[in-house]
Amino acid sequence: MRYFIQRVLFYAATAWAAITINFFIPRLMPGDPVQSLINRYQGQLSTEAIDSLRVLFGLDNETSLWRQYLDYWGNLFNGDLGTSFTYFPTGVSDIISQSMPWTLTLMGLTTVISFLLGTGLGILAGWRRGSWLDSMLPVTTFFAAIPYFWLGLIAIAVFAVQWQWFPASGGYSNEFVPSWDLDFIGSALYHGVLPGVTIIISSIAGWILGMRNMMVSVTAEDYVLVAQAKGLSERRVMFSYAARNAILPNISNFALSLGFIVGGTLLVEMVFSYPGIGFVLYQGVSAKDYPLMQGVFLFITLAVLAANLVADIVYLLLDPRTRREG
Amino acid sequence: MALQATEAAIASPEAAAPRRDRFRFLRNRKTAIGLGILGVFLLMAIFGEALAPYDPSARSDDLLQSPSWDHPFGTTQTGEDIFSQILVGTRGVLLVGLLAAVIATVLGVLIGVTAGYLGGVGDDVLSSVSNVFLVIPSLPLIIIITSFLPETGDLIIALVIGLTSWAWGARVLRAQTLSLRGRDYVQAARASGESTWRIIVFELLPNLTPVIASGFIGTVIFAVLSEITLAFMGIADISNWNWGTVLFWAQSNQALAQDAWWWFVPAGLCIALLGTALSLINFGIDEFINPRLRSQGRAERSVKMRVGFTPVVRDGRPATGAPRHAAPHGTAPSEPTDPPAVSKGKGNLR
Repeated sequence: MRYFIQRVLFYAATAWAAITINFFIPRLMPGDPVQSLINRYQGQLSTEAIDSLRVLFGLDNETSLWRQYLDYWGNLFNGDLGTSFTYFPTGVSDIISQSMPWTLTLMGLTTVISFLLGTGLGILAGWRRGSWLDSMLPVTTFFAAIPYFWLGLIAIAVFAVQWQWFPASGGYSNEFVPSWDLDFIGSALYHGVLPGVTIIISSIAGWILGMRNMMVSVTAEDYVLVAQAKGLSERRVMFSYAARNAILPNISNFALSLGFIVGGTLLVEMVFSYPGIGFVLYQGVSAKDYPLMQGVFLFITLAVLAANLVADIVYLLLDPRTRREG
Repeated sequence: MALQATEAAIASPEAAAPRRDRFRFLRNRKTAIGLGILGVFLLMAIFGEALAPYDPSARSDDLLQSPSWDHPFGTTQTGEDIFSQILVGTRGVLLVGLLAAVIATVLGVLIGVTAGYLGGVGDDVLSSVSNVFLVIPSLPLIIIITSFLPETGDLIIALVIGLTSWAWGARVLRAQTLSLRGRDYVQAARASGESTWRIIVFELLPNLTPVIASGFIGTVIFAVLSEITLAFMGIADISNWNWGTVLFWAQSNQALAQDAWWWFVPAGLCIALLGTALSLINFGIDEFINPRLRSQGRAERSVKMRVGFTPVVRDGRPATGAPRHAAPHGTAPSEPTDPPAVSKGKGNLR
């Protein structure tokens, strides 16, 4: 229990740090960014948008920095992340809540598949060290070294442009309206295959390697030797004795690598024009839509923190050593 | 007890043949291949500009040509030579990657070793700061910071990446320093009145070298990928050639729809090759630290491995593998929240 409270406090502190960083980034910018944005948009910005920009960059001199900070928190608690000016007059929080389900589904499914598949292969590779699975390692390393977005580009070139098996972009065909009927879900799944496979291929090497290395360390432990000496079946020793202990660091690693996976997923969404958060971030960045970018960053960070907390709780349930102290 | 076992492990096998073992790191096939590829890229970075057959930004009449003898990687929509763009772009990629990794490693060593060695309140503060940086997703953070900056040259980008990605190294180094701090030789140095800084620089750092090196290379991979991503998204200054810029132009000119595969394939392959080379070097370092991870080595060819059982020596050579099994990482599962120090670099996470 003490461990649990510690973790919750830590994530609360991290969330505070992320929000504060988010508050200060625009204020540390030199010069007058608002003026350059007004020039860039050549009169297409409404006075309301300009006002909100002035507030965002802290250029509105009448209020003190402390006051601005408090206001910022107040807005945040009301779910007000400012107004986007590429999607004017939609609020940033509305845009995020529209694109969030797409990202969560895509990421959730691919992460689970890649974790299960990678860990399974890692168990085998670590158990049968020196087998053909080991010689596969350099191949997966090569795939892991490829940027997600480039693999996505290749996938589009081969499977969408050359062979036209899968659609090149979007999250569903235009003939459907997002709803919960079968046709729409089918179309969404069909559009999700290429991005999903891209993410799985790029992220699986990390799991295989981590699991293999842990398995190699664990198989030399005495209790594995004892289990084998007792004459237990190889399967039982492999899964119930060795893998069961080797998987723990892989789970805590899972939490830490989430941030990287999120980054990769964002890129895959950009390449596939997938209607998720990453694509929104891309549009925000190309249009210099600062409120939108900041909102997306904040949302991604908080989501990663929440996922980390979940991973910690899972760890707490799996590893009795963390419970003993409390 | 774990400490003594580790100490014995480090002392015993090396003592017999210290000279030969110094180069064992290089004899590892993975490391050799990795260093070889990296060397080629380094040469490209140094001489690329001189070797490039064309000016990378010069337009010509050969529009969107597929690869040929004149243009080994083909040309772009405006007739620029892609081979020259890749050659010239290598310097930017390596420069940013190495510079960012140097910044991140120096910060990581300073923060990690200080936290691990000093302990107490200082440790608590420093390790919470690095944990915070570890949990905040770094790529979105880098994207946000750079897109707010008015100027995004190579140096600025290296600085941003370096300042945001030191946390992993600091965490690993802190854990390793903690385990070294209690060793006898450190205690002896302290008892003989050596100053704290002398102990850190001359007693601790040499023993942390493999960990630092592996963290450095992991950060290079991460920095290269982040930098190319920034260029690809059009956030970094697109007038500087690097592989990401090539991909940016390919994407914004619809190279995919025009079936111009040569426009984006070479840049991606270069990134992947560079990343693989660096990962291979890192595997070599990992296996150097933790001999159990070796899958093909001299020792093992003479020893038939049967998982879980004692290695059997076939031709009477001493089984060098056996006593070293107690290397530092063997004890990894006993530290629940810390993953084993080096075996997972940043490269495979991204």
